[in-house]
Amino acid sequence: MQRRTFVTLAVSAALLSFTSGFAYAQEVVKIGASAPKTGPLAGGAAVTHWPNVKMWVDEVNARGGLKIGDTQQKIELVEYDDQTNPENAIQNIQRLATVDKVDFIVTPYSTGINVATAPMIAQHGYPHITTSAATDGVEEFAKRWNNSFWMLGTATQLAKGAVETLVKLRDKGDIGNKVALVNVTDAFGMELLGAAKPALTDAGFELVYEASFPLGTQDLAPVISSAKAASPDAFVAFSYPGETFALTEQAQIQGLDVGAFYVGVGTAFPSFAARFGKAAEGIIGIGGVNTDDPKVKDYMERHQASAGQGPDFWASATTYAGLQVLEQAIEQAGTKDRAAVVQAIKDGTFDTVIGQVKFQNNVNPNVWTVGQWRDGAFVAVAADGIEISQEPVKKQGWE
Amino acid sequence: MSPLPFNLTQEELRAGAVGAALVIVAALLPVFDQAYYLALGVNIMLYAALCTAWTLFSGPTHYISLASAAFFGLGTYSVGLGIDHLPFPLLVLIGAGCGAVLAGIVGVATLRLSGVYFVIFTLGLAELVRQLVSWGQSKITTRMGLYVFTDFTEKHIFWMLLALTVLVFITGWLINRSRLGFAMQVIGNDETVARHVGIDTARAKIILFMISGAFIGIAGAICAPRYAYIQPNSAFNPTISFLVVIMALLGGTKRLWGPLVGVIPFTILMDFVTAKFPNHTSIVMGIAFLAIVYFIPNGVTGLIEQARTKLRSRMGAPAVKPGEVQP
Repeated sequence: MQRRTFVTLAVSAALLSFTSGFAYAQEVVKIGASAPKTGPLAGGAAVTHWPNVKMWVDEVNARGGLKIGDTQQKIELVEYDDQTNPENAIQNIQRLATVDKVDFIVTPYSTGINVATAPMIAQHGYPHITTSAATDGVEEFAKRWNNSFWMLGTATQLAKGAVETLVKLRDKGDIGNKVALVNVTDAFGMELLGAAKPALTDAGFELVYEASFPLGTQDLAPVISSAKAASPDAFVAFSYPGETFALTEQAQIQGLDVGAFYVGVGTAFPSFAARFGKAAEGIIGIGGVNTDDPKVKDYMERHQASAGQGPDFWASATTYAGLQVLEQAIEQAGTKDRAAVVQAIKDGTFDTVIGQVKFQNNVNPNVWTVGQWRDGAFVAVAADGIEISQEPVKKQGWE
Repeated sequence: MSPLPFNLTQEELRAGAVGAALVIVAALLPVFDQAYYLALGVNIMLYAALCTAWTLFSGPTHYISLASAAFFGLGTYSVGLGIDHLPFPLLVLIGAGCGAVLAGIVGVATLRLSGVYFVIFTLGLAELVRQLVSWGQSKITTRMGLYVFTDFTEKHIFWMLLALTVLVFITGWLINRSRLGFAMQVIGNDETVARHVGIDTARAKIILFMISGAFIGIAGAICAPRYAYIQPNSAFNPTISFLVVIMALLGGTKRLWGPLVGVIPFTILMDFVTAKFPNHTSIVMGIAFLAIVYFIPNGVTGLIEQARTKLRSRMGAPAVKPGEVQP
């Protein structure tokens, strides 16, 4: 009896899921998306990735769809969970390409999964516009996969931005020469460290404390207390969200007295400001956007309305911009032919929320690199190739 | 009837022929599909190799090892760290060696303990090795992100994993025929008895654990070019350890081919769930686990054997009258 009930239940669930896909008649653009909904990166994707995909699809469909030649076609989104696992991601891309036969795909999430899926995406010739991979490998990847485009910049750009910001503060007399430098020992943290260390020394800074810790370290109190003992003028941590929050919390508890407090990924999350309130004021970190730009302002309001939460102040806008590039390239090419759209992305200039995007050898060179929390917004204080929002200022205590 | 070479029995010969035919059919998959079904095939083949290698040790000894991710990650890292300096086949061997050495050390340290201590130790092991590897990477090497770019495509990886699975099966078969295999059977039935009849139980278990670890290391090494970007989180992903155990137990570990009948339906089920319920994967998988444990507690092999006995008794016994209730 129980067995029969279970089977009936399972069969009806399966039928329901099968039949829900056959309700359209008009020609549509099928767009596939595979990114984490579960696993270690699900939290990040829920802030930075998925809300933008949803918002973009809704907005395009509300306009009547994409203009392709003389027709206007609505977007039908096919989405899968990659469980933050490259094997599942590869399988999802293959299923999107050959079973669902989607016309285009949205970028996967994170450097690792973008690189792991790039050969399959290239095999099917889809334009692959990545917006969540910041690594020094981008130029090599762009060469290797001619259909791939890289929008979030490189680790070196981010690290140089951090050093430039410290130089600006030192030149204003806000901080001295002594820097405490810590990093998480994963690829991203080490790439940033590798670029930042020589840049700091070249700029005449003295490294008074250095430490590294593995990803997922729970107790970072010793790092902050040792750093404090070295009495630095600036504290720089190349960290991931977990460590970013933990380091900031410890610095606040122990009253780490520095004129510049820089932390890594996660500083740009709205939840960072929510967690630290007034103490966040003046903290600098990876990312930043130009909040004075009316386009960015408008984007943030739309995001709030669509998702019920604000975007982060770094990769969110870039993710949306990547979708805008895809949209405009399809309309410019006037066809769903993948090769034509790839060519359109290479040749075109695109008007996006992060400004005019023009790829140079498939890489977007213009990025914001450092942001600072000022009155509840994480504004860009350093950038490469584009306008910053405001000049950096000294951090005034933890109250 | 003339005796068969290597003292093979008729039944072994038949099983071998069926196995060879299945391998040939499997090897032809990339000819028919180069995309989705191949990707699915690679995943099935990966877990087929991992679960069978796991069963080599855990089947006869009943020690549940959650260390698969540690061996797998070592294999992946061997390739990631060495791909610019050494040829790939050599790195695969190094991966196997690392897996075996780690298994040996762990075995010496823990296999004298029994039951739950071993499970907990192996669970922590993957995390420990992950931390050691990333610490070593940051202190010793200057390489930052580990990229593995090769000319291998999905079909090459599929064939390598297929070859590995065949190798695991042949090794398992050879072990079963050897003194070591016999010793393992005794240990599995009663370890105290095994010790009393003069079997060096610790040595036997360590050797088997090393063989199992080496194979899992090889699987990790083969997968490195597929990941392309090697990170500690994906190489030492603890999910691998758990999936291996779940799939192997679903299949049943009494026979070497047991895990296979677990891996294939499980991977396909998991794929179906991911495709049809992208927003509810965890909950649907959870229900599936419950259903599996509740309805097939002895694994798929248990079901097959049950069906077989039923069939036999039915054929031997007088036909059941219609309407009669079966016990």
